[in-house]
Amino acid sequence: MKHREVSALSAIEISGLRKSFGALEVLRGIDLSVDSGEVVCVIGPSGSGKSTLLRCVNLLEVPTGGTIRVGGVEVTDPDCDIDGVRRRIGMVFQQFNLFGHLRVRENLTISQRRVLRRSRAEAQRIAAANLERVGLADKADAYPAQLSGGQQQRVAIARALAMDPQLMLFDEPTSALDPELVGEVLAVMRGLAADGMTMLVVTHEMAFAREVASRVVFMDGGVIVESGEPAQVFGAPRERRTAEFLHRVLEPTRVSESEIGAQPRAQHDG
Amino acid sequence: MTDGSVTDTNSPATTAPVIQEPGRRRLGRRRRERLVRAAGYAVFVLVVVGVAAAADWQRLADSFFRVDVARAMFPGAVTTALRNTIVYTLLAFAFGLVLGLVLALMRLSTIAPYRWFATAYIELFRGLPRLLVLFMVGYGIPQAFPDREIPGGVYGAVTLGLGATAAAYMAETIRAGIQAVPKGQTEAARSLGMSHGRAMVSIVLPQAFRIVIPPLTNEFVGLTKDTSLAYVLGVTASTIELTKFAGDALNSQVNPTPLVVAGLLYLAITLPLSQLVRWLERRAARER
Repeated sequence: MKHREVSALSAIEISGLRKSFGALEVLRGIDLSVDSGEVVCVIGPSGSGKSTLLRCVNLLEVPTGGTIRVGGVEVTDPDCDIDGVRRRIGMVFQQFNLFGHLRVRENLTISQRRVLRRSRAEAQRIAAANLERVGLADKADAYPAQLSGGQQQRVAIARALAMDPQLMLFDEPTSALDPELVGEVLAVMRGLAADGMTMLVVTHEMAFAREVASRVVFMDGGVIVESGEPAQVFGAPRERRTAEFLHRVLEPTRVSESEIGAQPRAQHDG
Repeated sequence: MTDGSVTDTNSPATTAPVIQEPGRRRLGRRRRERLVRAAGYAVFVLVVVGVAAAADWQRLADSFFRVDVARAMFPGAVTTALRNTIVYTLLAFAFGLVLGLVLALMRLSTIAPYRWFATAYIELFRGLPRLLVLFMVGYGIPQAFPDREIPGGVYGAVTLGLGATAAAYMAETIRAGIQAVPKGQTEAARSLGMSHGRAMVSIVLPQAFRIVIPPLTNEFVGLTKDTSLAYVLGVTASTIELTKFAGDALNSQVNPTPLVVAGLLYLAITLPLSQLVRWLERRAARER
């Protein structure tokens, strides 16, 4: 935990963020700031807007209202050089999104070369170092389709790291993985957190959030319902909606029929 | 059908006669299938033998397979006619590919007038016969612009005339290919700081082209055959292509053998390409 001391500069500052898709308002006024070196996990039911929140930070979704600052730069300013900002924000997707026509090494070098204009030798050196970091140094010559889901996601993390990001966004990075492959990806993320990387993580992995997060944010219905230290949010949630969500997620076999509005079977059969 | 609950004594003893019932058709299923197959072969052999017996082989050979007539076509059939057919095809394909790519990108543009223009172009040229377009390029445009010439003479006119139509088809193929590349690929590229254009060139187009290589090869095969329309532009001895060459030989020799020779030369181009397409499609199916 090298860089855990609270920096004066916020990595992300979000205020009054709104986002609508047509008539559907997905984000209804989000205020959130993430300090340098912080690991913030965003949890919440599907459709709560947590992925949209993440995608607004690097403008994959254009906000309808509010402001977002990343490293002091207002990305919601129409004159902002968004390509320049994105260079400093690493993003990891649920579906990995590795470039299928390129080998693993080229997946890591192409944007170093084309965007950062690094020399071939330097890009390859940095690629090798980052593959080493995620434990896949021997897969540099493979194509993505030849790798398991867990390996693909680790390559995706290495690809983002190769750009030397100040900040990493994770959009449900383990949701598309077979259960036995989740651990290897979480291990890489845990290592990143320990190295002091600033991370904003949308996840359903409650154990990971509880262990690694410096702060947990619970979202529902397009707003932040509560946020706090993991021990507090998981151990003694202040809001009823948080408690209900955690009950459903942590003890799925004990969710009763009345909680989901199901009627007893006898009333339906004539 | 009787309900199962009524005859509740479905013991093996009572069901055994039911199983034997199909046996009343005398032939078992397998024997019947074998007979039908044999009948199929028999019809085929009968037709072949019948046609072979009815045909006047000597006359057929004299009409379509006169070695001396065929020999008189060479080397011109290959060095001029086949060569020009290939050159016309390559030129029209290259022109169509470049224009088709531009049109595909225009169709996907966020700038509405670009989309309108591309859509109008594609609908227009897909709706017109290629021959009409060739006439337009060969005679319409020269008359409208008498003090200008299409560069490259017949070569330029064929490139423009066939390429303009090919571009419309290729644009639709390439557009479909671009749209078949998952959106996440662009998102990943953009989140790494690539501009829209860079992401298109480095990430989306290479994958899109891999998807559209089989249909584009089919377009190439189609163009190879369509170069036979070049004769309407008044080709000369040096710009002649296969079909016109064979047609001229047909007239001068008063014998249809040249048509067979030309047909074989077309097949020499198109058959390997169709095989290539099949191989590419199989490989693409495996990769998925």
